[in-house]
Amino acid sequence: MGESILEVKGLKVYYYTREGVVRAVDNVDFFMEKGETVGLVGESGSGKSTLGFSILKLIPPPGKIVDGKIIFDGIDLTELDEKEMREIRGKRISMVFQDPMTSLNPLMKIGDHLVETIMTHEEVTREEAEERALALLRDVGIMPDRFHDYPHQFSGGMRQRVMIALALALNPDIVIADEPTSALDVIVQFQILDLMERLKKQYNVGMIFISHDISVVAEISDKIALMYAGQIVEYANAIPFFEEHLHPYAELLLQSVPNIELSDQKLKYIPGLPPDLLHPPSGCRFHPRCPYAESICKEKDPPLLEINTGHFVKCFRYK
Amino acid sequence: MTSLRIYVVRRILLAIPTILILLTIVFVVMRVAGDPVSAILGGHAPAEQIERIKEQLGLNKPLYVQYLEYLWQLFHGDLGRSMIWGRRPVLVEILEHFPATLELSISAFIVSIFIGIITGVHSARNYNKPTDHMLRLYGIVTYALFIPWIGLILQLIFGVYLGWLPTSGRIDTLMEPKHITGLYVLDSILTLNIPSLISAIRHLILPSITLGIYLSGIYTRLTRSNMLEILRKDFITAAKARGLPEDTIIYKHALKNAFIPILTMMGLQFALLLAGAVLTETTFSWPGMGTFLAERIFYRDYTTVQGTIVFFALLVVSVSLIIDILYAYIDPRIRY
Ligand SMILES: Nc1ncnc2c1ncn2[C@@H]1O[C@H](COP(=O)(O)OP(=O)(O)OP(=O)(O)O)[C@@H](O)[C@H]1O
Ligand SMILES: [Mg+2]
Repeated sequence: MGESILEVKGLKVYYYTREGVVRAVDNVDFFMEKGETVGLVGESGSGKSTLGFSILKLIPPPGKIVDGKIIFDGIDLTELDEKEMREIRGKRISMVFQDPMTSLNPLMKIGDHLVETIMTHEEVTREEAEERALALLRDVGIMPDRFHDYPHQFSGGMRQRVMIALALALNPDIVIADEPTSALDVIVQFQILDLMERLKKQYNVGMIFISHDISVVAEISDKIALMYAGQIVEYANAIPFFEEHLHPYAELLLQSVPNIELSDQKLKYIPGLPPDLLHPPSGCRFHPRCPYAESICKEKDPPLLEINTGHFVKCFRYK
Repeated sequence: MTSLRIYVVRRILLAIPTILILLTIVFVVMRVAGDPVSAILGGHAPAEQIERIKEQLGLNKPLYVQYLEYLWQLFHGDLGRSMIWGRRPVLVEILEHFPATLELSISAFIVSIFIGIITGVHSARNYNKPTDHMLRLYGIVTYALFIPWIGLILQLIFGVYLGWLPTSGRIDTLMEPKHITGLYVLDSILTLNIPSLISAIRHLILPSITLGIYLSGIYTRLTRSNMLEILRKDFITAAKARGLPEDTIIYKHALKNAFIPILTMMGLQFALLLAGAVLTETTFSWPGMGTFLAERIFYRDYTTVQGTIVFFALLVVSVSLIIDILYAYIDPRIRY
């Protein structure tokens, strides 16, 4: 057991839309230790990004953190104001986004993005910041002569490298990577994954790696958190998760993946519709699609229980 | 920077055909749409006098010769001579009045951009709050206002009622600074003439605010809508996720990106700025091109009117050229 760095307790994040309340994250508990990588997987719309953004308190309106605690290094982030959050963002928890094409300021040189970020958080001269920026670019595999280039002169993969450099610029404790490879083509995806795996060790950062692609997550994660309809339904170390997953949803998911290494089409063939978070099903949210559903599943929401050490599951089949 | 230089040269070369087309339009409109001789002399002048005027204006020559002569003269910076009062060169007269208009336009332009951007940014920042609703109303109302009406209200309040500011002219009598550029504020500063500077600024305030308010509404609306659009972009969220201060995000990241369409609008608005300056000048007895043009139209000073229109047209083309170059300077994507 390492040192705990992040603990999310009873987190609820709702979007108050005109059509009603979207319970995008509904009573989520999870924790992570320093330097470990948690793969957060789930279908599209299951609330992965919302959970990721809420850790930085960057939920776009009409979203709100309704309840719960986000304890980071002993501080409850939900209690902090904007100014205090700014000191966390980028410096202690940073983020890599899905679409590298739109995540950089088109009017700003690549190098200046890094320099600006470093100088925002640390009292350094411009020269020192530039030197560090160059070192970061080198670490992500970008030649120093591209320091003065603009984003439009870079390919998607190169831009994602820049985003990674930006996320690592201040040696944060946690990087939240929200589908960092989904917008890239396959070969580039592998390169970026390799790079992230290498840098994660080099910089010794913890990571929350969000993906709808369980095979991508399998490679890089120490732990897997499986999300379904705004809730974490199973949470375990990666090896036990793949070998003896407990939740019916996990079972169905992994069945639809004949070989983790080879697959790239996964979560598609589970019968039934993904739930509508405006009107989530009663009881266990997975019950309408669950082959093992019993009457209790319709009536009561199962708790997330630790079945084996460090292996949590939210299902009435396990007590 | 070399790519920028290539762009600038190419853009300047492209302006040449535009200028030729514009000059041709002015020529055609002036020759075809009206009969300058009867405009000058009235309906029933003796044939002999008509002939004399025609010769004086070169109107007895074939049209293509007239056209080429017109271009040839313009090419040498010759706009012809006035038809009244000592037949002074038109260019000289224009250049006498232009600094007054330029001074008014520049300061009104600054006022409008300043008001427009501040209100627009403020509006976007307070999206859907009362401040936003009020500023949106401002953005619509100012556009519908009539310049002489804004001018009159300001004259009444600050000139007549409070007595703080002069309501007509460019400067108090005998206070003119030594002529260097013809812009009184600038000349006063260059000659360190403080009393002139104060007088010039005091005269400039009401007309600039009048024209500035009139032109600001469109910038308020444009800044607001562009800021709202940019603030929704991923790179803004990414900047927030890096912990950058809000003002840096608003002004350095968002406003600079929102500025490109605003810059385009500045170019498009330039013609309106000149037209507005003409109306403002007459409201405030400002001795610039507007007052001058109105007076010469009244006297049917054909050559001067034509020359002034050519001058305005060239001005609009040059400004759009400058705007395009600024554009490329701000946005690196345009250069390639
Ligand atoms: N700005 C918003 N306004 C209203 N509802 C939203 C908003 N953003 C997300 N949602 C809703 O919240 C739920 C969770 O969305 P979220 O983006 O967190 O899912 P996700 O798991 O990241 O999906 P994806 O794989 O598509 O990125 C979805 O039902 C979505 O429709
Ligand atoms: Mg997402």
